[in-house]
Amino acid sequence: MATAATASGNVIRKYLPIYFVLLAIFFVEVFLAFQHFSTATLVVLLLALAVCSAGLGLMYFMHLAEEHRNLLLTLIPVTIFVLLMMNMFWSDSVRLLHMRPFQQ
Amino acid sequence: MEASPYAIPSRKFTMWLFIISDAVTFGAFLFAYGYLRVATPNWQRPFETGSVINVIIMTVVLVTSSLTMLGAVDAAKLGDNVKAMRFLYSTMALGAIFAALHIREWFQLFAKGITLSSGLFGQTFFMITGLHLLHVISGIIAMLVIARGYSRATLTPSHVETTGLYWHFVDLVWMFVVPLVYLTNISH
Repeated sequence: MATAATASGNVIRKYLPIYFVLLAIFFVEVFLAFQHFSTATLVVLLLALAVCSAGLGLMYFMHLAEEHRNLLLTLIPVTIFVLLMMNMFWSDSVRLLHMRPFQQ
Repeated sequence: MEASPYAIPSRKFTMWLFIISDAVTFGAFLFAYGYLRVATPNWQRPFETGSVINVIIMTVVLVTSSLTMLGAVDAAKLGDNVKAMRFLYSTMALGAIFAALHIREWFQLFAKGITLSSGLFGQTFFMITGLHLLHVISGIIAMLVIARGYSRATLTPSHVETTGLYWHFVDLVWMFVVPLVYLTNISH
C-alpha cells in the first residue's frame, strides 16, 4: 500500500510542469487581452495559444501521447477536418443569404 | 484473434468518440460566436477587472481539478482506494467551486441587464457558458456516482479513468471558452 501511495503522489509531480505551462499560457492570454490589438488579431492570437493549451491537455492530461498511435491518427485529423469544414459552412451560409433573391 | 487496432478498452474508446462529437458541438458554438463577434462593430464588452479576476480564479480551480483527477485515476489503477476517493472528492469540490463562481458571474451580468434575451452578446455568452456549465455539473454528478460505485467495489478503475477523460475534456473546452468569450470582451 505504501508503494502505491508513493506512486500515486508521483503522478502529480510528473504532470506538475504541464500544469504550470497551462497556467502560464493562460496568463499570457490575459496579458494579451489587455493590449490594444484589433479584435481579429486578438482572436487569432488567443486561438493559437488555446490550441497549444488544448494540445498539451490532450497529449498529457488525457494521455493521448501514451495511447496507440492509431487512436491519435483516427481521432485528431477527423476532428480538425470537421472543424475546418465548419469554417467553410459558416462563410458559405452568409454568401447564400446574400445570393437569395429578396421577395418583392 | 486479430488484435484491436486501437489497443484500448471499448469503454474508453466510446468515451473518446463522445468527446470528439462533443468537441464538434462546442466547435459549432464557438465558430458561430467568432463570426458574430468579428462581424459586429458595436459588440458589448461588459467584463471589467473584477470579472477577469473571477475568470482567473475559475481557470486555476478547473486546471487544478484536472491535476487531482490525474491523481484519482492513478491511485485507482494502483489499487490505493483511499487515495483515489480523496482525489475524486477533491476534484468534485473544485468542480463545485468552479460552478459556484460561474453562477456568481452570471448574476453579476444579470444585474447589469445582460440576459439571454438582451442581444447577441447575451445569447452567445449564455449559450456557450451554459453548455459548459452543464458539462461541469454533469461531470460532478458522474464522479459522485463513480465514486460511490468504486468505493463499494461495483465499479472498476477503468470507470474512474473514463470519467477522468471526460473531466479533462471539460477543462480543455474551457481553454477555448475563456479567451474567446471572456478575454475578447474586456472593457478598456
